[in-house]
Amino acid sequence: MKNKLLPLSITFIFIIIFIVFYKGLKDTNIYTPESKINNKVPSLEVKLFGDSKTVNTIEIFQSDKFYLLNIWSSWCVPCREEHPVLMELKNNDRLKIIGMNYKDNKENAKNFLEELGNPYDKIIFDSKGTYAIEWGAYGVPESFLISNNKIIKKYIGPLNTASFEEIKSFIK
Amino acid sequence: MLYSVIGNYSLLLGLFFGLVLFYLSVINFRNSQVLDTKILSFTFLQFFLVVISFLCLVLSFVVSDFSNETVFNNSHTTKPIFYKIAGTWGNHEGSLLLWLLVLTLFILIFLVKTKNQPIKYRILTLVFQQIIIVGFFIFLIKTSNPFNHIYPIPTEGLGLNPILQDPALVIHPPILYLGYVGSSIIFSSALAATSLNLVSKKWASHIKKWVLSSWVFLTLGILLGSIWAYYELGWGGFWFWDPVENVSLMPWLALTTLLHCVLVLEKKLILTSWVIILSISTFALSMSGTFLVRSGILNSVHTFANDPERGLFILIFLFSLIFLSLFIFFFFHNPSKNNPSSFSFLSKETAIIINNWFMMYFLSVVLIGTIYPIFLDVLSSQKISVGPPFYHKLIIPFLIPFLLIMAIGPKLKWIKSNLEDKIYLITLLVVSILLSILIVKNFSSNFLINTILISGAFYLFFITLRDFFIKGFKNLAQNTAHFGFSLLILSILFNNLFSTETITNLKVGETFENSKTKIIFENISQKEEKNYKSIVAEFTIQDSKGKMENLSPELRIYNQPNIVTSEADIKTTLLSDKFIVINLVPNQEFFNVRYQVKPFMLWIWISVILISVGGLMSFLKKEYEK
Repeated sequence: MKNKLLPLSITFIFIIIFIVFYKGLKDTNIYTPESKINNKVPSLEVKLFGDSKTVNTIEIFQSDKFYLLNIWSSWCVPCREEHPVLMELKNNDRLKIIGMNYKDNKENAKNFLEELGNPYDKIIFDSKGTYAIEWGAYGVPESFLISNNKIIKKYIGPLNTASFEEIKSFIK
Repeated sequence: MLYSVIGNYSLLLGLFFGLVLFYLSVINFRNSQVLDTKILSFTFLQFFLVVISFLCLVLSFVVSDFSNETVFNNSHTTKPIFYKIAGTWGNHEGSLLLWLLVLTLFILIFLVKTKNQPIKYRILTLVFQQIIIVGFFIFLIKTSNPFNHIYPIPTEGLGLNPILQDPALVIHPPILYLGYVGSSIIFSSALAATSLNLVSKKWASHIKKWVLSSWVFLTLGILLGSIWAYYELGWGGFWFWDPVENVSLMPWLALTTLLHCVLVLEKKLILTSWVIILSISTFALSMSGTFLVRSGILNSVHTFANDPERGLFILIFLFSLIFLSLFIFFFFHNPSKNNPSSFSFLSKETAIIINNWFMMYFLSVVLIGTIYPIFLDVLSSQKISVGPPFYHKLIIPFLIPFLLIMAIGPKLKWIKSNLEDKIYLITLLVVSILLSILIVKNFSSNFLINTILISGAFYLFFITLRDFFIKGFKNLAQNTAHFGFSLLILSILFNNLFSTETITNLKVGETFENSKTKIIFENISQKEEKNYKSIVAEFTIQDSKGKMENLSPELRIYNQPNIVTSEADIKTTLLSDKFIVINLVPNQEFFNVRYQVKPFMLWIWISVILISVGGLMSFLKKEYEK
């Protein structure tokens, strides 16, 4: 063999790929975002609706209040279903609702809120869906109840009357 | 019950024959007598056993034998007979059995069709192919046996996922597998030819048939999947850069490149390393596709079951094959012997090599986009999602030179040429540019890139169109495929530029109106089918010219499993598709209505068919013309 470097390096590369795949396989949680209950709110630089500046999420969630982060999208059918629950929760003074608009088109999102009402105090614009992954969300809709900068409860899927009562009992 | 037992034992016997064949071929390496008598009949027997096993599974589905775990998990008594049969390969176990069926069929065809090839080469190909077949037998029997029993016997099955109950999905997997598995023959044969130093023009013209047939099947298989996604998933798109779509696109890109290299090798005895490496990678990519999809390392619509044990088996199997082929390539392949005849810059070879590199670039983009998230997660626990913008940004700009070289390349001669008839080449380029400026000028966004891209596609379009008239039957196959490709790019571009979408909520009797269209929600009715209830909505669409069209999208509520699917209604005409889909909004009287006008949809399908027809013509042609 004239040149042994090439076969050796290619073999080496394949061994590395093998190890990575092997580890990925062992780690059964891969691609399932961690459930971040009792975790701190992730610190992210995000864009808000109708605002060109970026804000850090830590600033949005002040420590003395309850927050409900709701991940939604105008194209998401179950989001329509849970919307009345959010509108109901809006009336509670001890709770602020923060929306995270997931992989959506601004125009459609606006129409959605005009049609069904806007329960959100602030809306984070997550056009690529990457913030939602950082939050540990599986998809839309999902809601996180936050107190003292910590996630205390996670709701996967649309909110219903049961979760509504539960949220109310939490913030009492 | 009985069928499961027979099926199970046929599988075990098939594995046994695989080992016997492996042993026989190794000890009788030079013996031509044994090959065409004993070995051939054992190969046939192995194929026959897999057929029996497959038929047993089909019958278990037909009679709804729920003592069989696979049937229980994927079937239901109320399912129509058509989908009971199709359910056989609509699940992990059954689809692997189908894969095995095609594997054994192809090696049989290979042995029958290659009687004029050197005996050692045929036996060695069989050896490599049996390694793959035995590997799949063990995988099937050990980790995903389709004939597992359940006791006590359930009275009803769990049903097949309704989105899979669709005619396109019935033939999509078998066609795709013919393509994937065809690449295994190319793989084994390339390894055999390399080991024996037989990579020659003669070998190229023999393996070309396999490359072409796999390529045609793979192309059609991808097309069917795409058509299904278009009307069943209800997003109005046909390609989503989903990991599973990507894993079918990667072998296709490798196979397309291989096809061009084999055509060159057949004429010139150059690019031997290209051919061998591509033969190996095509199959390795098909296998990695299986790994990525079946192990659950990636999540997607196609993930049947997440079972790390299965993943581990395929991973080890796949990498053993990769290391085996690397070993053979580096130790046996001797490129210095096939003295590459020098060729000038302006020649067909150069054009093909340049476009090969472009293809390799596209392939790496798709590969990185698909597996990078896994790497990142394993190495740094970060999660990212790679979506269409990534692929569009990296692929689209490079399509332009690709299209131009594709247009001019075939005009060049082998080894050395100076372009004759430059005039028409330039005239057509000018015409293409002017035409695309005319089309794009009303669109302010991305004016430049769209104009250049459309010009490139038009250029290829006109040049291939001209060749149909000037050259007639000469190079007809290549010309058809290239023409199809230009048509595909044009249709996709126009489709993206001119599609319109309206999303609204409507109650029965309401009307939505904007400057271009009027959507009237006329009526709603219910129907009761065998395994689902259906809600049919009737819409009348009126366009700006006052032309009326009736569309009736449907919601299907399946009983088992209890899932609601939306069936889009699509009115296809030559120039555009009208696509409407409704979604249920729970506890509300209104429906979510999504209406799209998508120009040139039909032409996307037609152009892909044209591309495959090109491949088919080349397959049927006796000899590659000068």
